[in-house]
Amino acid sequence: MRISVQEAAFDFAAEMAGFGQGRADVGAIVSFTGMVRDDSGQMTALELEHYPGMTERAIAKIVDEAVTRWVLADCLVIHRTGRLGIGEPIMMVATAARHRVAAFEAAEFLMDYLKSRAPFWKKEHALSGETAWVAAKEADEDALRRW
Amino acid sequence: MVDIVYFAWVRERIGLARETLQTDAATVADLIAELCARDPRYAAAFADTSALRVALDQDLSEFDAPLAGVREVAFFPPMTGG
Repeated sequence: MRISVQEAAFDFAAEMAGFGQGRADVGAIVSFTGMVRDDSGQMTALELEHYPGMTERAIAKIVDEAVTRWVLADCLVIHRTGRLGIGEPIMMVATAARHRVAAFEAAEFLMDYLKSRAPFWKKEHALSGETAWVAAKEADEDALRRW
Repeated sequence: MVDIVYFAWVRERIGLARETLQTDAATVADLIAELCARDPRYAAAFADTSALRVALDQDLSEFDAPLAGVREVAFFPPMTGG
C-alpha cells in the first residue's frame, strides 16, 4: 500500500510497472488517473489546497477501508497539490485484487471518497486573472451513499 | 489554548490561515459564536455553517461536538478532491 501527497508530477508508467506484479493472489489490476479539465476554455491553471497531516490521515483511513472490504493485495493513491496546468494529471489510484469486480469497485470507492472526504480544495484560475473556488457537488455526496 | 486553522475560502474570508486562542468554549458552535463576536470577518465566514465542515484534531466532526481536550480545530468548505 502506498499513499503519496505531493506537488511533483508523477510518472504513471513507472508507478504501475511493479504494482501488483508477480503475485499468485492477483488476478486483476485497475487504475484511474484524474486530469485537469477545462470546460470553459478560459482556465489557465487549477490550484489544489490541502490540510497537511489530515490529508494523509484521511486517505489512509479510506485506503484501509477499501483494502479490508475488497481484500486488496495492493493499493496506491497519489494526489497532487499546488498549481497544476490544464491537461496535467491531478491524481491516480490503483487497486490489485483477486478478481476484476473487486478491483473496479475498490477503485470507484476510493475515487468517491477522495472527492468528498479527503481535505483538498480546488481553485480555478481564469485567463482574466479571476479565481474561483470549485463548489462541492450534491452528486458527489450522493455517490457516497451507494457504498 | 486551541489552534484554529482555516482553509480555502474560509481562510480568505477571515484573512488568516492559523491562530491560537485562549477559550472556554464548550463546543464548536460556542467557539464559532465567540469568534463571530470578535470581528465581522468571522461573522461573514461563519454566516452559513451548513456550507462549512469542521475537523477536530484532524478528524471530521460536528458543530455540536465538545472541545474538551481538543488541540486543533479546522474550518473549511466541503472538500473537492479527486
